[in-house]
Amino acid sequence: MRCEDVSKALPEIVDGAATADLTLRRHVDTCLRCQAELAQYRRLLRSLHHLRTEVLEPAPGLLSDILARVEEAGERRALRSLLSGRRVAYAGAIAAAATAGAAGVVLLARHRRLAQAA
Amino acid sequence: MVPPELDQAALVAAAKAGDSRAFEELVRATYADVYTLAHRLTGNEEDARDVVQEAYLRAFKGLKRFRGEARFSTWMYRITANCAATAMGKRARARHDELDEETPLADVRPEHDPEAAADAELLRARLNQALDELPDRLRAVVVLRDVYDLPHAAIADELGISEAAAKVRLHRARRRLRERLFPKLGEENAHAV
Repeated sequence: MRCEDVSKALPEIVDGAATADLTLRRHVDTCLRCQAELAQYRRLLRSLHHLRTEVLEPAPGLLSDILARVEEAGERRALRSLLSGRRVAYAGAIAAAATAGAAGVVLLARHRRLAQAA
Repeated sequence: MVPPELDQAALVAAAKAGDSRAFEELVRATYADVYTLAHRLTGNEEDARDVVQEAYLRAFKGLKRFRGEARFSTWMYRITANCAATAMGKRARARHDELDEETPLADVRPEHDPEAAADAELLRARLNQALDELPDRLRAVVVLRDVYDLPHAAIADELGISEAAAKVRLHRARRRLRERLFPKLGEENAHAV
């Protein structure tokens, strides 16, 4: 195995996600240049991982901007919910009125039939 | 003391039940971290601000779908990655400047100083600079995987690419960062090939 082949494989195996095959491991064990390259990848990964602890200072006003947008979305949602609730109420009222109207017509018809029979 | 994950879980439960104060607390607890990720992904403050706002808006609208299998902050990282990918896509289209992964990095490094390179702080500063100089597509994958520890599958999902493509980009990004941070060995290799 050549150093160039090892060099291509190192970014994949450095975090242990892929297993290095035996030939590669034997090469690295005996090749100072590849050992140095592997050490650099390990140092790179450690440094990248360490960046996780770095937190940037957000620009002033960001928090209030976020909360304002969320609040606006919440209000829109509440309004939609209210309107859809009203729609249900309107539909219910119309249905009740229609039912009452139909019942009235039936009662009136029955009343007329009884009056005619009498 | 209550561990932060339990604290967040309780706040998520309250926010799901409609407590807007609880959601506000979640924002307060996580927004600096989310902003940091957005800044790392987009490379500038203005885009990062937009991405963060959009991310929290999506989180608010989709909170009912959050099942609590991961921490709230991890869920936010995923949403942020997705929003950043959308923003970067728009930015690339606006510039008519397709990103080319093969474009070499501008070589603006100062003379390599072995003593200074040994200094962890300096290395970190150089790493931040090297990350900024990576193409967006490579930077997103290496930041999400090697800094924020998101799984390959989640990264692929949020960036809208295959898992195999995510891995290829990750390895390419690592190689470029190593060559940028430790140029001496990289140059020796280049001469040897």
